[in-house]
Amino acid sequence: MPSRMTQTRTETVRPRATPSGRDIPVVEFDEVTKVYDGGSIGLERASMKIGRGEFVFLVGPTGCGKSTCIRLLQKELEPSKGEIRIAGRALGEIPRSRVPYLRRNIGVVFQDYKLLPNRTVYDNVAYSLQVIGESRQEIRRKVPDILRLVGLSTKLHNYPDELSGGEQQRVSIARAFVNHPPLLLADEPTGNLDPETSIGIMQLIYRINRTGTTVIVATHDKEMVDKMRRRVIELREGQIVRDELSGLYRPDESTTEFAVRLRGELGVGAEGHPN
Amino acid sequence: MRPIFFLREALRGLSRSSAPALAALLTVLLTALVLGVFIPIVQATTGTANEVRSRVVVDVYVSDSATGEGTAELRRALMSTPNVESVEFISKAEALARAEDKNPRAFKEGAELLGSNPLPASFRVTPEDPDRIREIVEALAPNGQPRLATIDEVRNREEETDKILSATGLVKGLTATLAGLLVLASVALVANTIRLSIFARRREVEVMKLVGATNWFIRWPFVIEGIIVGFFGGLLAVLVLTVAKETLIDPLSEDFALLAAPDTIDFPLLAALLMLACVVVSALGSGITLRRFLRV
Repeated sequence: MPSRMTQTRTETVRPRATPSGRDIPVVEFDEVTKVYDGGSIGLERASMKIGRGEFVFLVGPTGCGKSTCIRLLQKELEPSKGEIRIAGRALGEIPRSRVPYLRRNIGVVFQDYKLLPNRTVYDNVAYSLQVIGESRQEIRRKVPDILRLVGLSTKLHNYPDELSGGEQQRVSIARAFVNHPPLLLADEPTGNLDPETSIGIMQLIYRINRTGTTVIVATHDKEMVDKMRRRVIELREGQIVRDELSGLYRPDESTTEFAVRLRGELGVGAEGHPN
Repeated sequence: MRPIFFLREALRGLSRSSAPALAALLTVLLTALVLGVFIPIVQATTGTANEVRSRVVVDVYVSDSATGEGTAELRRALMSTPNVESVEFISKAEALARAEDKNPRAFKEGAELLGSNPLPASFRVTPEDPDRIREIVEALAPNGQPRLATIDEVRNREEETDKILSATGLVKGLTATLAGLLVLASVALVANTIRLSIFARRREVEVMKLVGATNWFIRWPFVIEGIIVGFFGGLLAVLVLTVAKETLIDPLSEDFALLAAPDTIDFPLLAALLMLACVVVSALGSGITLRRFLRV
Protein backbone atom coordinates (compact mmCIF):
# COMPACT_ATOMS: atom_id res chain seq x y z
CA MET A 1 0.00 0.00 0.00
CA PRO A 2 2.56 2.65 0.96
CA SER A 3 4.76 1.76 -1.99
CA ARG A 4 1.81 2.27 -4.32
CA MET A 5 1.07 5.62 -2.85
CA THR A 6 4.59 6.87 -3.41
CA GLN A 7 4.42 5.51 -6.88
CA THR A 8 1.33 7.51 -7.79
CA ARG A 9 2.83 10.56 -6.17
CA THR A 10 5.99 10.39 -8.25
CA GLU A 11 3.81 9.99 -11.28
CA THR A 12 1.95 13.21 -10.63
CA VAL A 13 5.13 15.07 -9.74
CA ARG A 14 7.03 13.96 -12.81
CA PRO A 15 5.46 16.40 -15.30
CA ARG A 16 6.68 19.38 -13.34
CA ALA A 17 10.11 17.81 -12.93
CA THR A 18 10.81 17.53 -16.64
CA PRO A 19 11.63 20.98 -17.89
CA SER A 20 10.80 20.58 -21.55
CA GLY A 21 7.70 18.50 -20.95
CA ARG A 22 8.14 16.86 -24.34
CA ASP A 23 7.40 13.35 -23.19
CA ILE A 24 4.17 14.15 -21.33
CA PRO A 25 1.18 13.51 -23.53
CA VAL A 26 -0.95 16.60 -24.02
CA VAL A 27 -4.04 14.47 -23.65
CA GLU A 28 -4.22 11.19 -21.83
CA PHE A 29 -7.29 9.02 -21.31
CA ASP A 30 -6.81 6.33 -18.71
CA GLU A 31 -9.54 3.68 -18.78
CA VAL A 32 -12.18 6.37 -19.06
CA THR A 33 -15.81 5.31 -18.84
CA LYS A 34 -18.73 7.68 -19.17
CA VAL A 35 -22.22 6.47 -18.46
CA TYR A 36 -24.94 9.08 -18.94
CA ASP A 37 -27.70 9.55 -16.40
CA GLY A 38 -30.16 7.69 -18.57
CA GLY A 39 -27.84 4.67 -18.56
CA SER A 40 -26.58 5.02 -22.11
CA ILE A 41 -22.86 4.53 -22.50
CA GLY A 42 -20.85 7.40 -23.92
CA LEU A 43 -17.41 5.92 -23.51
CA GLU A 44 -16.20 2.59 -22.21
CA ARG A 45 -12.74 1.97 -20.80
CA ALA A 46 -11.12 4.21 -23.38
CA SER A 47 -7.38 4.74 -23.10
CA MET A 48 -5.29 6.86 -25.42
CA LYS A 49 -2.34 9.19 -25.41
CA ILE A 50 -1.97 12.14 -27.71
CA GLY A 51 1.41 13.82 -27.85
CA ARG A 52 2.33 17.41 -28.39
CA GLY A 53 1.79 18.76 -31.88
CA GLU A 54 -0.18 15.75 -33.07
CA PHE A 55 -3.12 15.92 -35.45
CA VAL A 56 -5.68 13.29 -34.51
CA PHE A 57 -8.97 12.30 -36.08
CA LEU A 58 -11.59 10.75 -33.85
CA VAL A 59 -13.83 8.83 -36.21
CA GLY A 60 -16.84 6.60 -35.96
CA PRO A 61 -20.58 6.63 -36.50
CA THR A 62 -22.91 8.97 -34.63
CA GLY A 63 -23.23 8.05 -30.98
CA CYS A 64 -19.89 6.26 -30.84
CA GLY A 65 -18.48 8.63 -28.19
CA LYS A 66 -16.59 11.24 -30.23
CA SER A 67 -18.49 14.17 -28.81
CA THR A 68 -18.32 12.62 -25.36
CA CYS A 69 -14.52 12.71 -25.62
CA ILE A 70 -14.55 16.37 -26.63
CA ARG A 71 -16.96 17.35 -23.89
CA LEU A 72 -15.01 15.41 -21.28
CA LEU A 73 -11.86 17.26 -22.28
CA GLN A 74 -13.54 20.60 -21.66
CA LYS A 75 -14.77 19.32 -18.32
CA GLU A 76 -18.29 19.96 -19.49
CA LEU A 77 -18.92 16.37 -18.37
CA GLU A 78 -17.27 14.34 -15.66
CA PRO A 79 -16.10 10.79 -16.40
CA SER A 80 -17.90 8.06 -14.47
CA LYS A 81 -14.68 6.10 -14.10
CA GLY A 82 -11.05 6.53 -15.04
CA GLU A 83 -8.93 9.61 -15.34
CA ILE A 84 -8.27 12.21 -17.99
CA ARG A 85 -5.04 14.20 -17.90
CA ILE A 86 -4.25 17.28 -19.91
CA ALA A 87 -0.55 18.08 -19.94
CA GLY A 88 -0.14 15.76 -16.98
CA ARG A 89 -2.81 17.46 -14.89
CA ALA A 90 -5.76 15.28 -13.88
CA LEU A 91 -9.03 16.99 -14.78
CA GLY A 92 -10.74 15.42 -11.77
CA GLU A 93 -8.52 17.50 -9.50
CA ILE A 94 -9.47 20.81 -11.04
CA PRO A 95 -12.12 22.50 -8.88
CA ARG A 96 -15.21 23.95 -10.49
CA SER A 97 -14.02 27.50 -9.97
CA ARG A 98 -10.83 26.83 -11.93
CA VAL A 99 -12.59 25.31 -14.94
CA PRO A 100 -12.71 28.62 -16.85
CA TYR A 101 -8.91 28.80 -16.64
CA LEU A 102 -8.64 25.29 -18.06
CA ARG A 103 -10.92 26.22 -20.94
CA ARG A 104 -8.83 29.25 -21.83
CA ASN A 105 -6.06 26.84 -22.74
CA ILE A 106 -8.30 24.78 -24.99
CA GLY A 107 -9.66 26.20 -28.21
CA VAL A 108 -12.93 24.63 -29.31
CA VAL A 109 -14.68 24.58 -32.66
CA PHE A 110 -18.24 23.28 -32.84
CA GLN A 111 -20.38 21.85 -35.58
CA ASP A 112 -22.98 24.57 -35.04
CA TYR A 113 -20.29 27.31 -34.66
CA LYS A 114 -21.79 28.60 -31.37
CA LEU A 115 -21.09 32.24 -32.15
CA LEU A 116 -22.64 34.95 -30.01
CA PRO A 117 -25.53 36.16 -32.17
CA ASN A 118 -25.64 39.75 -30.96
CA ARG A 119 -21.97 40.48 -31.57
CA THR A 120 -20.12 41.30 -34.74
CA VAL A 121 -17.41 39.03 -36.10
CA TYR A 122 -14.83 41.30 -34.52
CA ASP A 123 -16.54 41.28 -31.11
CA ASN A 124 -17.02 37.52 -31.16
CA VAL A 125 -13.31 36.99 -31.54
CA ALA A 126 -12.50 39.81 -29.13
CA TYR A 127 -14.70 38.21 -26.46
CA SER A 128 -12.32 35.34 -25.86
CA LEU A 129 -9.55 37.89 -25.32
CA GLN A 130 -11.71 40.05 -23.06
CA VAL A 131 -12.42 36.96 -21.00
CA ILE A 132 -8.75 36.56 -20.14
CA GLY A 133 -8.45 40.25 -19.33
CA GLU A 134 -6.41 41.23 -22.38
CA SER A 135 -5.83 44.97 -22.75
CA ARG A 136 -7.69 46.91 -25.39
CA GLN A 137 -4.60 47.69 -27.45
CA GLU A 138 -3.72 43.99 -27.56
CA ILE A 139 -7.25 43.13 -28.64
CA ARG A 140 -7.13 45.76 -31.36
CA ARG A 141 -3.87 44.33 -32.58
CA LYS A 142 -4.65 40.62 -32.39
CA VAL A 143 -8.22 40.37 -33.64
CA PRO A 144 -7.72 41.85 -37.12
CA ASP A 145 -4.59 39.71 -37.44
CA ILE A 146 -6.34 36.46 -36.76
CA LEU A 147 -9.32 37.42 -38.92
CA ARG A 148 -6.95 38.10 -41.78
CA LEU A 149 -5.44 34.67 -41.21
CA VAL A 150 -8.85 33.00 -41.58
CA GLY A 151 -9.67 35.20 -44.56
CA LEU A 152 -12.42 37.34 -43.09
CA SER A 153 -10.77 40.74 -42.99
CA THR A 154 -13.62 42.25 -45.00
CA LYS A 155 -16.40 41.02 -42.73
CA LEU A 156 -15.20 42.47 -39.44
CA HIS A 157 -18.42 44.29 -38.66
CA ASN A 158 -20.95 41.79 -39.92
CA TYR A 159 -23.17 39.88 -37.54
CA PRO A 160 -23.04 36.06 -37.60
CA ASP A 161 -26.45 35.73 -39.28
CA GLU A 162 -25.11 37.72 -42.22
CA LEU A 163 -22.38 35.16 -42.92
CA SER A 164 -22.36 31.84 -44.75
CA GLY A 165 -21.82 28.63 -42.83
CA GLY A 166 -18.19 28.40 -43.91
CA GLU A 167 -17.55 31.98 -42.88
CA GLN A 168 -19.17 31.42 -39.51
CA GLN A 169 -16.96 28.40 -38.96
CA ARG A 170 -13.94 30.51 -39.81
CA VAL A 171 -14.96 33.01 -37.16
CA SER A 172 -15.34 30.18 -34.72
CA ILE A 173 -11.84 28.94 -35.56
CA ALA A 174 -10.46 32.45 -35.19
CA ARG A 175 -12.07 32.71 -31.78
CA ALA A 176 -10.70 29.33 -30.73
CA PHE A 177 -7.18 30.15 -31.86
CA VAL A 178 -6.80 33.82 -31.03
CA ASN A 179 -5.23 33.04 -27.61
CA HIS A 180 -2.92 30.49 -29.20
CA PRO A 181 -4.06 27.66 -26.97
CA PRO A 182 -1.83 24.58 -26.85
CA LEU A 183 -4.79 22.33 -27.60
CA LEU A 184 -7.52 22.74 -30.20
CA LEU A 185 -10.63 20.56 -30.18
CA ALA A 186 -12.99 20.43 -33.12
CA ASP A 187 -16.31 18.63 -32.89
CA GLU A 188 -17.54 17.87 -36.42
CA PRO A 189 -16.16 21.16 -37.74
CA THR A 190 -17.27 20.38 -41.29
CA GLY A 191 -20.48 18.60 -40.36
CA ASN A 192 -22.74 21.33 -41.73
CA LEU A 193 -20.60 22.36 -44.67
CA ASP A 194 -20.27 21.34 -48.31
CA PRO A 195 -17.11 19.45 -49.38
CA GLU A 196 -15.55 22.47 -51.05
CA THR A 197 -15.90 24.67 -47.98
CA SER A 198 -14.87 21.79 -45.75
CA ILE A 199 -11.47 21.61 -47.41
CA GLY A 200 -10.88 25.27 -46.66
CA ILE A 201 -11.82 24.75 -43.01
CA MET A 202 -9.57 21.70 -42.74
CA GLN A 203 -6.69 23.60 -44.30
CA LEU A 204 -7.12 26.23 -41.67
CA ILE A 205 -7.11 23.68 -38.86
CA TYR A 206 -4.09 22.02 -40.41
CA ARG A 207 -2.27 25.33 -40.52
CA ILE A 208 -3.00 25.83 -36.86
CA ASN A 209 -1.58 22.36 -36.22
CA ARG A 210 1.60 23.32 -38.07
CA THR A 211 2.22 26.08 -35.53
CA GLY A 212 2.68 23.38 -32.89
CA THR A 213 -0.85 23.22 -31.55
CA THR A 214 -2.18 19.78 -30.77
CA VAL A 215 -5.38 19.25 -32.71
CA ILE A 216 -8.13 16.71 -32.10
CA VAL A 217 -10.86 16.59 -34.72
CA ALA A 218 -13.96 14.50 -34.22
CA THR A 219 -15.48 13.83 -37.60
CA HIS A 220 -17.36 11.42 -39.82
CA ASP A 221 -16.12 13.09 -42.97
CA LYS A 222 -14.61 10.01 -44.59
CA GLU A 223 -13.18 11.75 -47.60
CA MET A 224 -11.32 14.25 -45.49
CA VAL A 225 -9.81 11.63 -43.22
CA ASP A 226 -8.74 9.47 -46.11
CA LYS A 227 -7.08 12.35 -47.90
CA MET A 228 -5.24 13.79 -44.96
CA ARG A 229 -3.74 10.52 -43.72
CA ARG A 230 -3.18 11.56 -40.14
CA ARG A 231 -3.49 9.56 -36.97
CA VAL A 232 -6.95 8.01 -36.73
CA ILE A 233 -8.62 6.78 -33.56
CA GLU A 234 -11.80 4.90 -34.31
CA LEU A 235 -14.55 4.59 -31.76
CA ARG A 236 -17.43 2.19 -31.83
CA GLU A 237 -20.11 2.11 -29.17
CA GLY A 238 -17.88 3.93 -26.77
CA GLN A 239 -14.82 1.73 -27.24
CA ILE A 240 -11.60 2.49 -29.06
CA VAL A 241 -11.38 -0.16 -31.77
CA ARG A 242 -8.50 1.20 -33.82
CA ASP A 243 -5.61 3.61 -33.40
CA GLU A 244 -3.48 4.00 -36.52
CA LEU A 245 -0.69 6.46 -37.09
CA SER A 246 -1.65 7.46 -40.63
CA GLY A 247 -4.93 5.80 -41.20
CA LEU A 248 -8.00 5.87 -43.33
CA TYR A 249 -11.54 6.40 -42.15
CA ARG A 250 -12.01 2.63 -42.48
CA PRO A 251 -9.13 0.19 -42.30
CA ASP A 252 -7.85 -0.58 -45.79
CA GLU A 253 -10.58 -2.20 -47.73
CA SER A 254 -10.69 -3.11 -51.40
CA THR A 255 -13.69 -2.36 -53.57
CA THR A 256 -14.78 -6.01 -53.47
CA GLU A 257 -14.50 -6.11 -49.72
CA PHE A 258 -16.61 -2.97 -49.53
CA ALA A 259 -19.18 -4.48 -51.85
CA VAL A 260 -19.39 -7.56 -49.67
CA ARG A 261 -19.86 -5.46 -46.58
CA LEU A 262 -22.47 -3.33 -48.27
CA ARG A 263 -24.50 -6.33 -49.38
CA GLY A 264 -24.09 -7.92 -45.99
CA GLU A 265 -25.39 -4.85 -44.29
CA LEU A 266 -28.33 -4.70 -46.67
CA GLY A 267 -29.06 -8.32 -45.82
CA VAL A 268 -28.91 -9.39 -49.52
CA GLY A 269 -26.19 -12.03 -49.15
CA ALA A 270 -23.01 -12.38 -51.17
CA GLU A 271 -24.45 -14.43 -54.01
CA GLY A 272 -27.89 -12.93 -54.06
CA HIS A 273 -27.23 -10.17 -56.59
CA PRO A 274 -30.02 -10.29 -59.22
CA ASN A 275 -27.85 -9.76 -62.34
CA MET B 1 -11.27 49.18 -17.68
CA ARG B 2 -13.32 46.35 -16.24
CA PRO B 3 -16.34 48.32 -14.93
CA ILE B 4 -16.54 50.25 -18.18
CA PHE B 5 -16.36 47.01 -20.12
CA PHE B 6 -19.18 45.50 -18.06
CA LEU B 7 -21.29 48.60 -18.48
CA ARG B 8 -20.77 48.54 -22.23
CA GLU B 9 -21.69 44.86 -22.29
CA ALA B 10 -24.87 45.59 -20.30
CA LEU B 11 -25.87 48.38 -22.67
CA ARG B 12 -25.19 46.13 -25.63
CA GLY B 13 -27.37 43.43 -24.08
CA LEU B 14 -30.18 45.92 -23.50
CA SER B 15 -30.10 47.36 -26.98
CA ARG B 16 -29.79 44.02 -28.75
CA SER B 17 -32.61 42.37 -26.83
CA SER B 18 -34.74 45.40 -26.19
CA ALA B 19 -38.14 43.68 -26.27
CA PRO B 20 -37.64 41.52 -23.16
CA ALA B 21 -35.86 44.39 -21.44
CA LEU B 22 -38.83 46.64 -22.17
CA ALA B 23 -41.20 44.01 -20.81
CA ALA B 24 -39.15 43.82 -17.63
CA LEU B 25 -39.12 47.60 -17.37
CA LEU B 26 -42.88 47.74 -17.79
CA THR B 27 -43.40 45.10 -15.13
CA VAL B 28 -41.20 46.99 -12.71
CA LEU B 29 -43.04 50.21 -13.53
CA LEU B 30 -46.49 48.72 -12.97
CA THR B 31 -45.69 46.90 -9.74
CA ALA B 32 -43.95 49.98 -8.37
CA LEU B 33 -47.01 52.05 -9.23
CA VAL B 34 -49.35 49.63 -7.49
CA LEU B 35 -47.09 49.50 -4.44
CA GLY B 36 -46.71 53.27 -4.45
CA VAL B 37 -50.49 53.69 -4.30
CA PHE B 38 -51.06 50.86 -1.87
CA ILE B 39 -48.46 51.69 0.76
CA PRO B 40 -50.06 55.05 1.77
CA ILE B 41 -53.49 53.42 1.72
CA VAL B 42 -52.35 50.70 4.09
CA GLN B 43 -50.79 53.27 6.32
CA ALA B 44 -53.87 55.48 6.36
CA THR B 45 -56.02 52.48 7.22
CA THR B 46 -53.82 51.31 10.07
CA GLY B 47 -53.50 54.91 11.22
CA THR B 48 -57.27 55.24 11.42
CA ALA B 49 -57.59 51.87 13.11
CA ASN B 50 -55.01 52.90 15.69
CA GLU B 51 -56.80 56.17 16.27
CA VAL B 52 -60.02 54.25 16.97
CA ARG B 53 -58.14 51.94 19.28
CA SER B 54 -56.90 54.85 21.34
CA ARG B 55 -60.50 55.33 22.46
CA VAL B 56 -60.28 52.17 24.50
CA VAL B 57 -60.08 53.30 28.14
CA VAL B 58 -60.58 52.08 31.70
CA ASP B 59 -62.77 54.10 34.03
CA VAL B 60 -61.78 54.00 37.66
CA TYR B 61 -64.56 55.42 39.83
CA VAL B 62 -63.48 57.09 43.01
CA SER B 63 -65.58 56.36 46.09
CA ASP B 64 -67.36 59.41 47.44
CA SER B 65 -65.69 58.99 50.82
CA ALA B 66 -62.23 59.54 49.40
CA THR B 67 -60.38 62.63 50.68
CA GLY B 68 -58.32 64.90 48.48
CA GLU B 69 -55.20 63.14 49.72
CA GLY B 70 -56.69 59.73 48.99
CA THR B 71 -57.47 60.81 45.46
CA ALA B 72 -53.91 62.02 44.93
CA GLU B 73 -52.60 58.74 46.26
CA LEU B 74 -54.89 56.87 43.88
CA ARG B 75 -53.57 58.89 40.95
CA ARG B 76 -50.01 57.92 41.89
CA ALA B 77 -51.05 54.29 42.21
CA LEU B 78 -52.68 54.40 38.79
CA MET B 79 -49.68 56.03 37.18
CA SER B 80 -47.38 53.31 38.49
CA THR B 81 -49.58 50.49 37.20
CA PRO B 82 -47.97 48.73 34.25
CA ASN B 83 -49.31 49.41 30.72
CA VAL B 84 -50.83 52.75 31.76
CA GLU B 85 -50.05 55.53 29.34
CA SER B 86 -51.98 58.46 30.77
CA VAL B 87 -54.48 59.24 33.51
CA GLU B 88 -57.14 61.91 33.33
CA PHE B 89 -59.10 63.03 36.40
CA ILE B 90 -62.78 63.84 36.01
CA SER B 91 -64.28 65.49 39.07
CA LYS B 92 -67.90 65.08 40.12
CA ALA B 93 -68.84 68.48 38.67
CA GLU B 94 -67.09 67.71 35.39
CA ALA B 95 -68.84 64.35 35.20
CA LEU B 96 -72.18 66.03 35.59
CA ALA B 97 -71.37 68.66 33.00
CA ARG B 98 -70.37 65.95 30.52
CA ALA B 99 -73.50 63.98 31.18
CA GLU B 100 -75.57 67.09 30.67
CA ASP B 101 -73.78 67.73 27.44
CA LYS B 102 -74.66 64.30 26.18
CA ASN B 103 -78.30 64.38 27.10
CA PRO B 104 -79.36 67.96 27.89
CA ARG B 105 -83.10 67.32 27.97
CA ALA B 106 -83.04 64.61 30.59
CA PHE B 107 -80.92 66.69 32.93
CA LYS B 108 -82.95 69.84 32.63
CA GLU B 109 -85.66 68.27 34.69
CA GLY B 110 -83.58 65.63 36.48
CA ALA B 111 -81.20 67.99 38.20
CA GLU B 112 -83.93 69.43 40.35
CA LEU B 113 -85.33 66.00 41.22
CA LEU B 114 -82.01 64.58 42.30
CA GLY B 115 -81.09 67.43 44.53
CA SER B 116 -77.41 66.53 44.67
CA ASN B 117 -74.89 65.34 42.07
CA PRO B 118 -75.11 61.53 41.92
CA LEU B 119 -72.16 61.04 39.61
CA PRO B 120 -68.88 59.90 41.15
CA ALA B 121 -65.53 61.39 40.36
CA SER B 122 -63.40 59.14 38.16
CA PHE B 123 -60.05 58.60 36.55
CA ARG B 124 -59.97 57.86 32.82
CA VAL B 125 -57.00 55.56 32.23
CA THR B 126 -55.59 55.22 28.70
CA PRO B 127 -53.58 52.03 28.15
CA GLU B 128 -50.34 51.85 26.24
CA ASP B 129 -51.44 48.68 24.46
CA PRO B 130 -55.23 48.40 24.04
CA ASP B 131 -54.95 44.62 23.57
CA ARG B 132 -53.68 44.22 27.13
CA ILE B 133 -56.33 46.39 28.76
CA ARG B 134 -57.55 43.52 30.95
CA GLU B 135 -54.22 43.48 32.72
CA ILE B 136 -54.92 46.97 34.06
CA VAL B 137 -58.35 45.97 35.27
CA GLU B 138 -56.93 42.87 36.94
CA ALA B 139 -54.15 44.88 38.57
CA LEU B 140 -56.52 47.47 40.03
CA ALA B 141 -59.33 45.19 41.04
CA PRO B 142 -58.50 41.48 41.08
CA ASN B 143 -61.73 39.51 40.59
CA GLY B 144 -63.81 42.66 40.84
CA GLN B 145 -62.57 43.48 44.37
CA PRO B 146 -60.86 46.91 44.38
CA ARG B 147 -57.37 46.79 45.85
CA LEU B 148 -57.56 50.30 47.29
CA ALA B 149 -60.26 51.64 49.54
CA THR B 150 -60.52 54.79 47.49
CA ILE B 151 -61.64 52.83 44.41
CA ASP B 152 -65.33 52.35 44.15
CA GLU B 153 -65.40 50.41 40.94
CA VAL B 154 -63.23 49.64 37.88
CA ARG B 155 -64.92 49.40 34.53
CA ASN B 156 -63.58 49.00 31.01
CA ARG B 157 -66.84 49.29 29.05
CA GLU B 158 -66.53 45.65 28.16
CA GLU B 159 -68.77 45.43 25.13
CA GLU B 160 -67.56 48.55 23.40
CA THR B 161 -63.94 47.65 23.97
CA ASP B 162 -64.37 44.18 22.56
CA LYS B 163 -66.02 45.53 19.43
CA ILE B 164 -63.39 48.14 18.81
CA LEU B 165 -60.56 45.70 19.37
CA SER B 166 -61.93 42.97 17.10
CA ALA B 167 -63.00 45.34 14.31
CA THR B 168 -59.77 47.30 14.15
CA GLY B 169 -57.78 44.10 14.57
CA LEU B 170 -59.51 42.64 11.52
CA VAL B 171 -58.86 45.74 9.45
CA LYS B 172 -55.22 45.82 10.43
CA GLY B 173 -54.76 42.10 9.79
CA LEU B 174 -56.43 42.31 6.39
CA THR B 175 -54.40 45.25 5.15
CA ALA B 176 -51.20 43.67 6.43
CA THR B 177 -52.00 40.41 4.61
CA LEU B 178 -52.89 42.30 1.44
CA ALA B 179 -49.71 44.31 1.60
CA GLY B 180 -47.67 41.15 2.13
CA LEU B 181 -49.33 39.38 -0.79
CA LEU B 182 -48.85 42.39 -3.02
CA VAL B 183 -45.15 42.62 -2.23
CA LEU B 184 -44.75 38.89 -2.87
CA ALA B 185 -46.64 39.12 -6.14
CA SER B 186 -44.52 42.08 -7.24
CA VAL B 187 -41.27 40.31 -6.51
CA ALA B 188 -42.44 37.14 -8.24
CA LEU B 189 -43.67 39.06 -11.28
CA VAL B 190 -40.47 41.05 -11.70
CA ALA B 191 -38.29 37.99 -11.11
CA ASN B 192 -40.28 36.02 -13.66
CA THR B 193 -40.05 38.64 -16.35
CA ILE B 194 -36.32 38.93 -15.84
CA ARG B 195 -36.05 35.16 -15.91
CA LEU B 196 -37.74 35.12 -19.30
CA SER B 197 -35.44 37.74 -20.73
CA ILE B 198 -32.41 35.80 -19.53
CA PHE B 199 -33.82 32.48 -20.66
CA ALA B 200 -33.91 33.86 -24.18
CA ARG B 201 -30.15 34.29 -23.93
CA ARG B 202 -29.14 31.06 -22.21
CA ARG B 203 -27.30 29.75 -25.29
CA GLU B 204 -25.17 32.84 -25.22
CA VAL B 205 -24.29 32.23 -21.59
CA GLU B 206 -23.37 28.65 -22.41
CA VAL B 207 -21.01 29.75 -25.17
CA MET B 208 -19.39 32.28 -22.87
CA LYS B 209 -18.73 29.52 -20.37
CA LEU B 210 -17.18 27.31 -23.04
CA VAL B 211 -14.88 30.10 -24.15
CA GLY B 212 -13.54 30.26 -20.60
CA ALA B 213 -15.40 33.15 -18.99
CA THR B 214 -15.69 33.02 -15.21
CA ASN B 215 -19.13 33.16 -13.65
CA TRP B 216 -18.79 36.73 -12.48
CA PHE B 217 -17.45 37.86 -15.83
CA ILE B 218 -20.74 36.70 -17.32
CA ARG B 219 -22.89 37.77 -14.41
CA TRP B 220 -21.86 41.41 -13.99
CA PRO B 221 -23.33 42.68 -17.26
CA PHE B 222 -26.61 40.95 -16.45
CA VAL B 223 -26.69 42.45 -12.95
CA ILE B 224 -25.96 45.89 -14.39
CA GLU B 225 -28.76 45.39 -16.89
CA GLY B 226 -31.03 44.55 -13.97
CA ILE B 227 -29.95 47.71 -12.16
CA ILE B 228 -30.61 49.84 -15.23
CA VAL B 229 -34.03 48.30 -15.86
CA GLY B 230 -34.97 48.58 -12.18
CA PHE B 231 -33.76 52.16 -11.99
CA PHE B 232 -35.68 53.38 -14.98
CA GLY B 233 -38.80 51.37 -14.11
CA GLY B 234 -38.74 52.84 -10.60
CA LEU B 235 -38.00 56.34 -11.90
CA LEU B 236 -40.96 56.25 -14.28
CA ALA B 237 -43.22 54.94 -11.52
CA VAL B 238 -42.14 57.74 -9.18
CA LEU B 239 -42.74 60.31 -11.92
CA VAL B 240 -46.24 59.00 -12.55
CA LEU B 241 -46.95 58.95 -8.81
CA THR B 242 -45.70 62.53 -8.45
CA VAL B 243 -47.94 63.71 -11.26
CA ALA B 244 -50.92 61.86 -9.79
CA LYS B 245 -50.23 63.26 -6.33
CA GLU B 246 -49.90 66.84 -7.57
CA THR B 247 -52.95 66.80 -9.80
CA LEU B 248 -55.39 64.53 -7.98
CA ILE B 249 -54.65 64.10 -4.32
CA ASP B 250 -53.17 67.42 -3.24
CA PRO B 251 -56.19 69.54 -4.32
CA LEU B 252 -58.48 67.04 -2.61
CA SER B 253 -56.63 67.07 0.65
CA GLU B 254 -56.73 70.84 0.71
CA ASP B 255 -60.50 70.75 0.47
CA PHE B 256 -61.32 67.92 2.82
CA ALA B 257 -58.24 67.16 4.87
CA LEU B 258 -59.35 63.65 4.08
CA LEU B 259 -56.39 62.00 2.44
CA ALA B 260 -53.90 63.79 4.63
CA ALA B 261 -54.33 60.91 7.04
CA PRO B 262 -52.44 61.11 10.33
CA ASP B 263 -49.15 59.42 9.61
CA THR B 264 -48.69 58.31 6.04
CA ILE B 265 -45.18 58.03 4.73
CA ASP B 266 -43.50 61.17 3.39
CA PHE B 267 -43.57 61.23 -0.38
CA PRO B 268 -39.80 61.65 -0.90
CA LEU B 269 -39.14 58.71 1.42
CA LEU B 270 -41.74 56.60 -0.39
CA ALA B 271 -40.17 57.48 -3.73
CA ALA B 272 -36.69 56.60 -2.49
CA LEU B 273 -37.88 53.30 -1.04
CA LEU B 274 -39.65 52.35 -4.26
CA MET B 275 -36.59 53.16 -6.36
CA LEU B 276 -34.34 51.17 -4.06
CA ALA B 277 -36.70 48.19 -4.04
CA CYS B 278 -36.96 48.21 -7.84
CA VAL B 279 -33.21 48.32 -8.34
CA VAL B 280 -32.45 45.68 -5.71
CA VAL B 281 -35.14 43.26 -6.82
CA SER B 282 -34.30 43.40 -10.50
CA ALA B 283 -30.53 43.26 -9.95
CA LEU B 284 -30.84 40.31 -7.58
CA GLY B 285 -33.39 38.72 -9.90
CA SER B 286 -30.94 38.84 -12.80
CA GLY B 287 -28.01 37.61 -10.76
CA ILE B 288 -29.87 34.73 -9.19
CA THR B 289 -31.71 33.57 -12.29
CA LEU B 290 -28.45 33.41 -14.16
CA ARG B 291 -27.08 30.86 -11.72
CA ARG B 292 -29.06 28.08 -13.35
CA PHE B 293 -27.52 28.70 -16.74
CA LEU B 294 -24.00 29.08 -15.44
CA ARG B 295 -23.72 25.40 -14.53
CA VAL B 296 -22.03 24.34 -17.73
